[in-house]
Amino acid sequence: MSGPVSPAVPATAAPELGPVRRSRKRWGDRLLYGYTWLILLWLFAPIAVMIAFGFNDTKSKSNVSWQGFTFKWWGRLGDYPDLTTAVVNSITIALLATVVTTVLGTLMGIALGRYRFRGQAATNLVMFAAISSPELVMGASLLSLFISVGVQTGYATVVLAHVLFSVSFVAVTVRARVVGLDRSIEEAARDLGASTWITFWRVTFPMILPGVVSGALLAFALSIDDFVITQFTSGATITFPLWIYGAVRIGVPPQVNILGTLIFAVGVAIAVINSITARRRA
Amino acid sequence: MRRRLAPYLLILPGGLWLLVFLVVPMVFMASVSTQEGDVVNGFAQTFRFANYVDALVRFKTQFLRSAGYGLAGTLLAIALAYPMAYWIAFKAGARKSTYLLLVLLPFFVSFVLRTVSWKFLLADDGILLQPLKDTGLLPADFHVLQTAVAVVGGLTYNYLPFMVLPIYVALERVDPRVVEASADLYATRRETFTRVVLPLSLPGVFAGVLMTFVPMTADYVNAAILGGPANTMIGNIIQTEYLVNNDYPAGAALSFTLMAAMLIGIFAYAKALGTENVLEAAVR
Repeated sequence: MSGPVSPAVPATAAPELGPVRRSRKRWGDRLLYGYTWLILLWLFAPIAVMIAFGFNDTKSKSNVSWQGFTFKWWGRLGDYPDLTTAVVNSITIALLATVVTTVLGTLMGIALGRYRFRGQAATNLVMFAAISSPELVMGASLLSLFISVGVQTGYATVVLAHVLFSVSFVAVTVRARVVGLDRSIEEAARDLGASTWITFWRVTFPMILPGVVSGALLAFALSIDDFVITQFTSGATITFPLWIYGAVRIGVPPQVNILGTLIFAVGVAIAVINSITARRRA
Repeated sequence: MRRRLAPYLLILPGGLWLLVFLVVPMVFMASVSTQEGDVVNGFAQTFRFANYVDALVRFKTQFLRSAGYGLAGTLLAIALAYPMAYWIAFKAGARKSTYLLLVLLPFFVSFVLRTVSWKFLLADDGILLQPLKDTGLLPADFHVLQTAVAVVGGLTYNYLPFMVLPIYVALERVDPRVVEASADLYATRRETFTRVVLPLSLPGVFAGVLMTFVPMTADYVNAAILGGPANTMIGNIIQTEYLVNNDYPAGAALSFTLMAAMLIGIFAYAKALGTENVLEAAVR
């Protein structure tokens, strides 16, 4: 292989290799580039189908083959009252779970990032277990508890379960932010006469806020999408994913596609805004 | 004194939540798994460990099938994710974050809804197969739904980002100077890849395996929507025992067996590769 690396090569690129090799390298890069887009196309295929079939002029309840373009389902979004209820349940459960999760997770994240204390390793282990144990086992064990103790499953138990599976994610996100903090700024605030309380709210909290916000967004996203744990803990309460699952056998109406599209659009908007503001901050 | 207490006060609410709703339910599930009875007359604790034997004997096929599907899906995910993660980490330059966002975007559509959309796409008279059948490229009775291919495909699809991201993180950390040094020492491009880049990225692959194999094996949504009666996984059985048959002891015994099998697998895997590294990679 030929000599030293030319200084013009960007830091991440592989070293320059002679003319013949370079053209082969280009080909390899092009191949990888095409491949990456092929996989992305695969990832987006069902989403394109979801969006498109919200405009399908289907005659029956089942919405499988394309029968022409229409806007009519957008005007008939409320045709299935139980579907509307399910969507409202999904959103309110996600909001409630997010608030509780964010408070609990932020406190945990601060404790884990700032202090060294007895039981820290155990806490980390339990959090790891919460993140890595299969949803099916979590759901089944929660239902075992509720049955044994005689608790009626429903809205409240779903919120409880959603807090359970997302709190560790928030704690980890906040901890990362706390660990990265410059402690001297807090010391400066204290030197200037601020109390512990004032220092926290006026100095520390604003600095960890980005971590708290992305933790909260993650908790909301995890909650609104969850199916498995929700199915085990919901009793008679129906959420959006549960409604779809129940409708698969009899046919999923176009309204589901439209609601899915709307949720997708809101999610994309939030993600894009979040990444733009994150870039601006950095 | 107050400073000593502070971390405990902060950790208490969340820690209690995890303890009461993660650890305690496991104890109750263990108890339920050795009970006898039915939903009408109630269940009684008789320490009937034969529940486990019964469950294993009855559902051996589904256990083995779940492991097979999980393994196939995981290997497929590695094969599909690695080149993509490689390209994003080394070649995407300033666009890296855009590509990562694109990988994650499908997650903004409900997991169940994405799987249902695959059912539309792959339907016998759907927009993919019907044209191919009309032109005679495929026989009229060709189908993908209700086969193992559909289920493994769905699993791979749904968990692919969990493989792409850890591999990307590992590749991103590879110091370009190490790659340069390898070239300076007269390694070919292939040697640089197999002897330098690939070994350095393996922790990411291990983390990816951990994050895809476990949830794939426990999944029942893909098998329920895309598969048929011949493709049921152990998750479908557990779900049915709990929510349809109300045979809680059988469901609990199956869940525990599944979890034990997974834990043994994870520990063997972590032991072989160094516990610290695998756990750290997975949590990150």
